[in-house]
Amino acid sequence: MYKPVILPIDWSMIAPVVLVAMVGIIALCIEMARPKKNNNLIVGFTLAGLAVAAIAILVQFDMDSYRIGETLSGMVTRDRFSLTMQLLVVISAFLSVLFSEGYLREKRIPFGEFYPILCWSAVGAMVMVATQNLLMIFLGLEVLSISLYVLAGMSRSENKSEESALKYLLLGAFASGFLLYGIAFLYGGSGSIHLDTIRQSWAVGNSGSHMLLLFGLGLVLIGLGFKSSLVPFHMWTPDVYQGAPTNVTAFMAAGSKIGAIAALWRVLDAMGMMQQYWMPAMFWIAILTMTVGNLIALGQKDVKRVLGYSSIAHAGYILVGILAHVREPMKIGSDTVSYYLLSYALMTIGAFAVITLSARAGKEGTKFGDVQGLWHRAPLAAGSLIVFMASLIGIPPTSGFIGKLLIFKDAMAADLAPLAFVLAVNSIISVYYYLGILRSMFVVDEEGEYVRNSAMNNGLKSACVICMVGIFGAAIFFSPLMQLFGTR
Amino acid sequence: MQTEQFWSTYGGILLLVGVAAVLCGAMVTLSWVLGPKKLTPYKASPYECGVAPVGDAKERFPIKFYLVAIVFILFDIEVVFLWPWMTVFKNSTDLQFMITSFTSFALYMLTFIVGYVYVIRVGAIDWDETTSLEPAKLGLEPVEGDSNSPEVSSLPAVGVTA
Amino acid sequence: MQGVPLIAYLTLGLFLFSVGVVGVVIRRNPIVIFMCIELMLNAVNLTFLAFAKFLPTMTIPGKAPLADAAMSGQMMVIFVMAVAAAEVAVGLGIIMAIFRLRQDIDIDEMNLLRG
Repeated sequence: MYKPVILPIDWSMIAPVVLVAMVGIIALCIEMARPKKNNNLIVGFTLAGLAVAAIAILVQFDMDSYRIGETLSGMVTRDRFSLTMQLLVVISAFLSVLFSEGYLREKRIPFGEFYPILCWSAVGAMVMVATQNLLMIFLGLEVLSISLYVLAGMSRSENKSEESALKYLLLGAFASGFLLYGIAFLYGGSGSIHLDTIRQSWAVGNSGSHMLLLFGLGLVLIGLGFKSSLVPFHMWTPDVYQGAPTNVTAFMAAGSKIGAIAALWRVLDAMGMMQQYWMPAMFWIAILTMTVGNLIALGQKDVKRVLGYSSIAHAGYILVGILAHVREPMKIGSDTVSYYLLSYALMTIGAFAVITLSARAGKEGTKFGDVQGLWHRAPLAAGSLIVFMASLIGIPPTSGFIGKLLIFKDAMAADLAPLAFVLAVNSIISVYYYLGILRSMFVVDEEGEYVRNSAMNNGLKSACVICMVGIFGAAIFFSPLMQLFGTR
Repeated sequence: MQTEQFWSTYGGILLLVGVAAVLCGAMVTLSWVLGPKKLTPYKASPYECGVAPVGDAKERFPIKFYLVAIVFILFDIEVVFLWPWMTVFKNSTDLQFMITSFTSFALYMLTFIVGYVYVIRVGAIDWDETTSLEPAKLGLEPVEGDSNSPEVSSLPAVGVTA
Repeated sequence: MQGVPLIAYLTLGLFLFSVGVVGVVIRRNPIVIFMCIELMLNAVNLTFLAFAKFLPTMTIPGKAPLADAAMSGQMMVIFVMAVAAAEVAVGLGIIMAIFRLRQDIDIDEMNLLRG
């Protein structure tokens, strides 16, 4: 007979996840109690809950200087990397909620369920970054993605939104099929779905199990490549970013990318031993991701599409950081990736937050023409957009610059000079289209035809200001932050 | 020896496939061959529970059937988790384990109950056409002409909207 | 070992998975594409269960027999089924929403999102 064993559960480890999930459920109950009324109560509650969850994560940083542990039979892992990533996800969710209400009102989307679903989406990402168990990675990924499918289609009267939701759903489900099939083979080759055990079983395995593991790893990388939009699998990204409501796009770009990249980091880190097989492939994928993302972005006419391609390019930059870590796991830690993701999350969410201004009275235009004259109508938004673009390009006083510099340094240290070179060249290419957005912002529309922007509300203002302060703050408090992130 | 092992391994499944094929084939062919065929207009018309057929069979189904199907899928699959939990719970004698697992399972069911209440609340299984599925309730206001409709522009501007 | 060998299960799984992938690529109706994705997921389930059945009888050199290995595979299958159901529910919902808007769900007609 099966004798169940109950191991003690370290509740502090799963407290943030449980908190955010509960916030979502309670927010849904509030929505049920007063449907389709104004959402202020839900917004306030969600923000407060996310803040508490952030505190619950921050507390763990302090509990022990270097506390790595697992609970729930290895389902949940805590190390510096997982804590940092969870914190980033919560911050992204917080910022997205902050500017959403005004946008939803302007676009006439009576969807109070947005807040609970966003919370659950964040839960998915938090589960996924804080585990070494492939089952949990898969589950987290699915919770994250399924919530985002719903959110992408939440503007029910808009063809674009529904179309992007369907596209995202079909490609996402397709990708998770590959991911799962890969996990099945990793499991077959090692007898476990825990990444640590898989790592060990490569060392002791024979050629048969090596074959299974390699096949499985390839499929898993295809699946995760889809989710983190690496280049041969990036086709959905710009379409979905363009079609989804802008506040959803903001969270998609930040939260979903953090989750996928963190999972990729864990998988590649565990598979470091077999890097002679996959390193060449990932090397070329990194080059392609950076280059293709930037080159296609040059010809785009839509701000959201440009940002979509730019997010592909940024995924490529981060991949360089991951590869550098895997090549020199002792010398190069996870702090580069953490730092870059922090600055990336801040600048992307900020940029999308500014773009939400172009929604007015149920309509929204995100072409370059639609941001014309922004400088005159909303100087704060325009000013912060300048900061976000500068950071996305990587201009010195911003955290985007330091993030790129760190990745560049790591790539050189890990003997990946070609990648470092491609990164530098691509940063220069990207100046063109980021400046294109800024230029159209300063163009005065003489006909006065483009006065489509809504007024800035307090939520949007504070989101912009927080992102700006964060970008400069992360640059100024660079070394304490790196210490906080730790090497692992 | 080799064939014997083959049959002991695959015999069952092959037999199943064979019997199924033969049975289905026989039923269709024999009734087609043996049955008398005297076609009258009434016989040729599709069978609808003995009532005279109405309309076309390719008619579109009301969309609420899909809604019910969706809700059904979700609540159906919860049993998948009920089953393994039950199996372990039934055989366990450890009191502490029973309490822990029962509590966690009760919490799991609680989330389903919240979901169920939500489903009722938004009227997803409300079959009265006058209350369910009305466009305004689903947020399906027509986009064109939206900007100059007075009802929309007088939405309450409170809270974060300055 | 008596019985159907592991490789037979894996081959069937690979076949089903390939059918699913090809179906997703060539079909035009989102509901059919969904069915193909389901096929892929069920191929994965078959693979998991085959491994879960055979791993306890195998030994990976240098390690104890994988007696407990069966557990994770079976667990995985249950979760895959649940997730697949959730995905289908959301998918049907989105397809319904599209149908309400344009009375047509052909994938090729969806071309609003262009650069």
